[in-house]
Amino acid sequence: MTRWTPDPSFYPSPRQAALAPAEKLAYVAAFDRAAERPDALAVLDTDPDSPEYGRVVGWTDLPHTGDELHHFGWNACSSALCPTAPHPHVERRYLIVPGLRSSRVHVYDTKPDPRAPKLVKVIEPGELAERAGYSRPHTVHCGPDGIYLSALGGAGDADGPGGIAILDHTTFDVRGAWEADRGPQHLAYDFWWHLNHDVLVTSEWGTPSMIEDGIVGELLLGRRYGHAIHFWDLAKRRHVQRVDLGDAYQMPLELRPAHDPTQTYGFVGVVISVEDLSASIWLWHRDGEEWAVTKVIDIPAEPADPADLPDLLKPFGAVPPLVTDIDLSVDDRFLYVSCWGTGELRQYDVGDPFHPVLTGSVRLGGIVRRTPHPGFPDEPLAGGPQMVEISRDGRRVYVSNSLYGSWDDQFYPDGVGAWLAKLDVDTEAGGLTPDARFFPHGEEFRGLRVHQTRLQGGDASSDSYCFP
Amino acid sequence: MTAATWLTLAGLGAFHGLNPAMGWLFAVARGLQERSRRVLLASLPPIALGHLASVGVVAALVTATRSVAASTAVAVTGGVLLVGFGLWRLLSRRHFRWAGMRLSNAQLAGWSFLMSSAHGAGLMLLPVLLAEPVAGGGHAGHLTAAPAGALPGLAAAGVHTVAMFGVALAAAVAVYEVLGVGVLRRAWFNVDRLWAGVLVAAGLVTLVAAT
Repeated sequence: MTRWTPDPSFYPSPRQAALAPAEKLAYVAAFDRAAERPDALAVLDTDPDSPEYGRVVGWTDLPHTGDELHHFGWNACSSALCPTAPHPHVERRYLIVPGLRSSRVHVYDTKPDPRAPKLVKVIEPGELAERAGYSRPHTVHCGPDGIYLSALGGAGDADGPGGIAILDHTTFDVRGAWEADRGPQHLAYDFWWHLNHDVLVTSEWGTPSMIEDGIVGELLLGRRYGHAIHFWDLAKRRHVQRVDLGDAYQMPLELRPAHDPTQTYGFVGVVISVEDLSASIWLWHRDGEEWAVTKVIDIPAEPADPADLPDLLKPFGAVPPLVTDIDLSVDDRFLYVSCWGTGELRQYDVGDPFHPVLTGSVRLGGIVRRTPHPGFPDEPLAGGPQMVEISRDGRRVYVSNSLYGSWDDQFYPDGVGAWLAKLDVDTEAGGLTPDARFFPHGEEFRGLRVHQTRLQGGDASSDSYCFP
Repeated sequence: MTAATWLTLAGLGAFHGLNPAMGWLFAVARGLQERSRRVLLASLPPIALGHLASVGVVAALVTATRSVAASTAVAVTGGVLLVGFGLWRLLSRRHFRWAGMRLSNAQLAGWSFLMSSAHGAGLMLLPVLLAEPVAGGGHAGHLTAAPAGALPGLAAAGVHTVAMFGVALAAAVAVYEVLGVGVLRRAWFNVDRLWAGVLVAAGLVTLVAAT
């Protein structure tokens, strides 16, 4: 579909995106761990003036079972205004929804009825494998000339290398693998870019056999999970540089480049250090002609009684923070850090990216603490703040509590539950407050676990901008 | 060529210059990237040069071959080509991408050449060029007339490009200095659709005039 004028949800600059009207709906990927019922897209009402505010107001079941929905994203976004391959007249209306376990990619149309996304296409695992050589699709980003989709595994039974597949903007066909020369890159997870500088960045988790049945203790202590990030030439599709964080820093996952397109820095969260179970945030930046990383945040493990810990952690007598997601506000001012193990969401002022200042913290859930939501003080919570999504204006933050089926089971063996919280942000001084009116949980999600949230019209991790 | 012909060529140049996809938007982006008006202004000549090359090839070929070939055949072929290309642009959803954001001036000119060619910018001049009386006068029919016959085509492309450059310059500076990039959200009319329509119309005019 082409329009006569640009999609009103495309913004040339992050500053203009921050002035956008608030989201009325949020889309949430929910999955059935038992793979007996279909996964689903749940739709939440985020309009504070609505009588159904904070409730699930739409529900779309997937056509199959066992997909394990993880991350998903929009088909088009503000990058469509970028001048090298401009097509501002496409529409942000389709959600690209990959199944991390099934390798199936679903395309949902949100336009006919935003509360009931309609399935318009399924890319079967065979097409992804044949045309791109990949499986286990993970991250979706709308690029100026197509849809970029990262994948953890290789085709068929190949464990790797993982990489990025390109989908056609309008037909959603798989066009092929993105990489022209992958250099030493083998492990995959997240990716994002500095569009104006023709730079793409990728991170490393593990191959399907390293993650699908839970975290493997020997691999972790053997420092075999990913511990490097990679820089690529976005235009030539070639590997440029591998930057190693050191093999103690296992699993650099989420990448959050500055939204300001003139900048060339960004943050990456590291799940765990095998030396002291701490989690850390690293800044990537230019160092002359090269790329470099600097550790800017360290979050220590919290001591705990082994009796309160799951088997995996008993020998350590401590709860690792497990930073599994981070998110950067559109104005590049606040970085939100999910500590899924200790059950904490931290807010840092990163106005000076080399020297973050902790400005806010909210406790919800946690392996030992089980902190309840202020709106329901009698219900201890399992899981912790995991996927974080920030509204374009930076005033609202949404967190959901499930990480990944088999990993949920390891760290929360008595059940991870299902909840999604909204927090209000003081954008001047910093600080976070849970919204007592917005806490869908338990049966509201019909027994499915909730993973990622996307906001109607875009959010802080779906758009890239070409103009400062 | 008549005054009306020159005016038409200039008008088409203005239309091409107005299209953000033809280059001025890229110049603005580069200016913003480097926070420099100088970079913006320096980006436009290579873009105009690439456009001139693309349009010039078509214009020179048409005027040169017309002096040696049957004009009706050229016109009909050109018309069919135009209508077909216009319809393809109208119906095709594939977009053109050649390079990244970081370009040298030579690459920028190359980008502009390919962008103009992919949009059929030169083809759009066909009806104007074919409406002209056959160049070369008494020498028509001789192959030796071809090089000289190309000259009016090149002149046409030159006039066209000067107009394109002027409008692109005005648009780029206005957006960079006055309107701001916010205008892109509201005022970026889908020129591609209009563009395709103009191609089809130009083709039809050529065909009607030829028969």
